[in-house]
Amino acid sequence: VTEPGRWQSATPSARLARHGDAMLANGGLANGGLANGGPANAGSANLADVLERVLDKGVVIAGDIKINLLDVELLTIKLRLLVASVDKAKEMGIDWWEHDPTLSSRAALDAPQSEPTSEPTDGAGPAEVRR
Amino acid sequence: MTAVSYAYAVARALDDTEIAGLTGVDGTAVRLVRHADLVVVVSSVPLADLDESRLERLDELAAVARAHHAVVHAVAAVSVALPFRLATAYQGDDGVLEVLRREHGRFRAALDRVAGRVEMGVKVYADQHATLVPAAPEGTGATPGKDYLRRRREARRSAEDAWQAAAAAARRVDTALGALAADRRHHRPQSSRLSGVSGDNVLNAAYLVDAGRVAEFTALAAGLGGAGTRVEVTGPWAAYSFALVGRSG
Repeated sequence: VTEPGRWQSATPSARLARHGDAMLANGGLANGGLANGGPANAGSANLADVLERVLDKGVVIAGDIKINLLDVELLTIKLRLLVASVDKAKEMGIDWWEHDPTLSSRAALDAPQSEPTSEPTDGAGPAEVRR
Repeated sequence: MTAVSYAYAVARALDDTEIAGLTGVDGTAVRLVRHADLVVVVSSVPLADLDESRLERLDELAAVARAHHAVVHAVAAVSVALPFRLATAYQGDDGVLEVLRREHGRFRAALDRVAGRVEMGVKVYADQHATLVPAAPEGTGATPGKDYLRRRREARRSAEDAWQAAAAAARRVDTALGALAADRRHHRPQSSRLSGVSGDNVLNAAYLVDAGRVAEFTALAAGLGGAGTRVEVTGPWAAYSFALVGRSG
């Protein structure tokens, strides 16, 4: 039973991943990046948080999907279609493609305007992705 | 074996020494593709390693995801970086260079927005135990059916109360933390089946926070929980949720 109002931090301090340690040891503390931000989380982060970010966020060179499908970002597209087809993923609650304009024409129609996205919001439905 | 140039992040210029020893997917050595004042951090990953049948398996997908994230995290620690989405790969460094050239202006603008800032993840959970039908008290009277319905009603009311409280807490948290942040994004709530966390996730948000204010942000978040709700903070993360790059073409 969870205590009401209890606050939990998923990232206790001093949990630096090996990579992060190496980078920090190399003296790269400049630039106000994560090094100045407190505890790092490369190794300790919850898998759901990591998957959410690496699969659903991040830079997508949207134009390439249509222009250069044969040699650019092919794997990204394949992977995303792949994930979309995995029943197991859905069982686990990974279902964002249903809301993703590039993967679902339904989502393209009712994509919320309030949520900025790097995805194209028109003309890139499943038909284009399959092409 | 055919290898592809797997792109982890675009970043402001950094030295090769700053990524020395850094490895990515399947332990492949990371290198830089440069153009002007920006770099793309890549490694040569055998195409077979990104095979679909491999990535269909959650443990394998998790390994690739963590390797990707580790590089992004390390680069963001020494420079200003924007992550690429998982499994963004090009047939060679020429393809990477072409994109870096073409998108240079957009990349630089996006990097300027996140410079000196980090992403903090915040989730608000409503406790689930409030929604369970309470067990019958011992020695209930002569109307067990009525008692059961009454308990159901009360349970439903308490579940609604819990949900209302959680929604109010989510608004309170978002307002307070948003005021401290340069930008915010609301993500879909996470399924407890994937996260393994108990409780209903009623807010799943990301805030872009000045690196110097992370402690303040975390302390503020710590005080925002309420009865039946829980606030969880993760990060600092590289600015995954703010890697907005305008549409090209």
